[in-house]
Amino acid sequence: MSDVAAQPTPNLLANGWIKSGLIVLGLVAAAIVGARIDPTGTIHAIFVDPFNQMAQAPDLLAQTIWEGLVSGVLYALIALGFVLIFKASGVFNFAQGIMVVFAALTLVGLYEKGVPAFLAVVLTLGVMFALAVTIERVVLRPLVNQPDIILFMATFGITYFLIGFGEAIFGGNPKQMIAEQLYLPKGAIDLKILGGIVSLQKIDIAAAIIASLMIAVLALFFQYTRIGRALRAVADSHKAALSVGISLNQIWVIVWFTAGIVALITGIMWGARSDVSFALEIVALKALPVLILGGFTSIPGAIVGGLIIGIGEKLGEFYWGPLIGGGIESWLAYFIALGFLLFRPQGLFGDKIIERI
Amino acid sequence: MFYREAGQYKTNYAADMAVFPLRQDRIGIAVILAIAFIGIPLLGNDFFIASVMIPFLVFSLAAIGLNILTGYTGLISLGTAAFMGVGAYSCYKLTTFFPGVNIIVLILVSGLFSAAIGVLFGLPSLRIKGFYLAVATLAAQFFLQWAFVRIPWLFNYNASGAIEVPQRTLFGLPITGASATPETRYFVCLGLVVVLTWFASNIVHGKLGRSWMAVRDMDIAAELMGIKLLNAKLTAFAVSSYFAGVAGAMMIFLWYGGGEANDVFTIRLSFTILFMVIIGGLGSLIGSFFGAAFLSALPTALKFGLPALGVPIGGAAAEHVTFMLVGALIIIFLIVEPHGLARLWQIGKQKLRTWPFPY
Repeated sequence: MSDVAAQPTPNLLANGWIKSGLIVLGLVAAAIVGARIDPTGTIHAIFVDPFNQMAQAPDLLAQTIWEGLVSGVLYALIALGFVLIFKASGVFNFAQGIMVVFAALTLVGLYEKGVPAFLAVVLTLGVMFALAVTIERVVLRPLVNQPDIILFMATFGITYFLIGFGEAIFGGNPKQMIAEQLYLPKGAIDLKILGGIVSLQKIDIAAAIIASLMIAVLALFFQYTRIGRALRAVADSHKAALSVGISLNQIWVIVWFTAGIVALITGIMWGARSDVSFALEIVALKALPVLILGGFTSIPGAIVGGLIIGIGEKLGEFYWGPLIGGGIESWLAYFIALGFLLFRPQGLFGDKIIERI
Repeated sequence: MFYREAGQYKTNYAADMAVFPLRQDRIGIAVILAIAFIGIPLLGNDFFIASVMIPFLVFSLAAIGLNILTGYTGLISLGTAAFMGVGAYSCYKLTTFFPGVNIIVLILVSGLFSAAIGVLFGLPSLRIKGFYLAVATLAAQFFLQWAFVRIPWLFNYNASGAIEVPQRTLFGLPITGASATPETRYFVCLGLVVVLTWFASNIVHGKLGRSWMAVRDMDIAAELMGIKLLNAKLTAFAVSSYFAGVAGAMMIFLWYGGGEANDVFTIRLSFTILFMVIIGGLGSLIGSFFGAAFLSALPTALKFGLPALGVPIGGAAAEHVTFMLVGALIIIFLIVEPHGLARLWQIGKQKLRTWPFPY
């Protein structure tokens, strides 16, 4: 992975897209030939039968894609929190998943104590701000200019602390999200298309809309504000940013607080679909393949990556899962990301890492 | 005062390259081994041996395995538990296929299967590193965990879906199964750990270990110096997974013993072992022992120690406190001493050597 200053001759095979395209084409051709030769065997079951099923029941396909899209939005939201912190402080924040759980638990916990729903949201934001300040004071400030890997490990520490803290305060039982009190829509819209019914949960539509809004706001914030520029400067180099007078401490609080807001919104959306529990911690790990797909530094990448992983996972589970016993959802995302890594290690939209000796 | 190298001359190259160049260190190791082999079985009760010492030994071996990969070669792995699982399940299959072969041989052989799987999942490390590699190893973790549940052949189509540990004997004494006493299991664990640690120490001090460290410090420079990255990284994965696999087999066969080990090889175990390596010290064998001792003893100490001190704490609360403490300790260690307990040990030794002068 050395940087080449001037490419002497443009080699078509050096382009990752063309190369991977050729390989995929080759695989498809081989599969078609294989299926022709043996119409009932394994190759047929893997490469032809699922597509037959898709063609025969397009409404089912649409429903599966929608389900994938929805879980993809949630993965994307978690990944967004990762990207924000990575872009702005170069820290790979493993604690984002638990921050989502923590924010949601705080919200529900406050509501159960009798605080009105919207006041609870405000108070939760206050808690997330306090958390950001604490993390900056206790964890990040003493670790300025340490290698990335040390900061990464420190976020493991934050994760474990928050798990213990959250369970000690709120208990380990799953809780119900206060979706109605926050005026989130309930119920489903049944669309009659493609010769069948596709049912869309209203909360999912709301999640998609809120997510897109948030992404737009964040993109504007990063691109056009003073603080946004400062955030990007800090990401490039702690030392250089300090030397031009950017307050590292302030920037870190801001970015962790932003990630906390994203975490709260993710937590509300997630909690409204299922319930609020620490199981989300494992689900949050799915944000990692999403990041690989989209690139660590790209907000659009997090979104597109999330959608690809969500849809790919659901399609794989529904059409190919039964072939090997089901439940493949737990690892398919990682394999999609792994396959992707072999062709494009920097992700779809990520910055290409150039290493100099 | 008593810890000085004064008067100990090195008269040949072998003495110069010795792992323990000081006589005091050699005596120290001998004392530790004597305590482990004689003192603890004599003085410790069954509870202490079964629920403190055996877990400590198993975790130490797993931590050494991960330390070879993460500490010595610089490749992060979040799939240690899965590789331990491969060791455990292949040991189970081996006991079914070869009931006559000694269980210790089978435990050692089962590590080889784990090594093979480790190499397979280590292949992406040739192209990616850092966080990206961590995700690749997560693929191993989740895929293998899925396989342990969904492939009934692996657990001999048991109704319980768990490994059933058969009774096996060594010199007429049962060492696995329900009737094995904690002492015999402890001795088997200890023997395996000592031999494998010696093995690991020789590897990391030798040519292979040096090539791993060169890759860790800067892979491009290492490549230019003639180290084959392919060989270095894949051997690191193989050796690391071998240790993890043996540790996994020991965990099920010598520690858990019964059939309750259905769901142990989870991502959480992987993290715990990673923390042991971090807290103990990256790139240090003795650090692996420190880390394992610390993190395997902490929950037990909190669970039984605090009520003994008069602090009322239930099982669930103890678990929460453990989580918080572990998290806080990781952060504290990273801030105070990023090189872990092993570095503190070194500093202590250095202070002792120059005592009473500061340097």
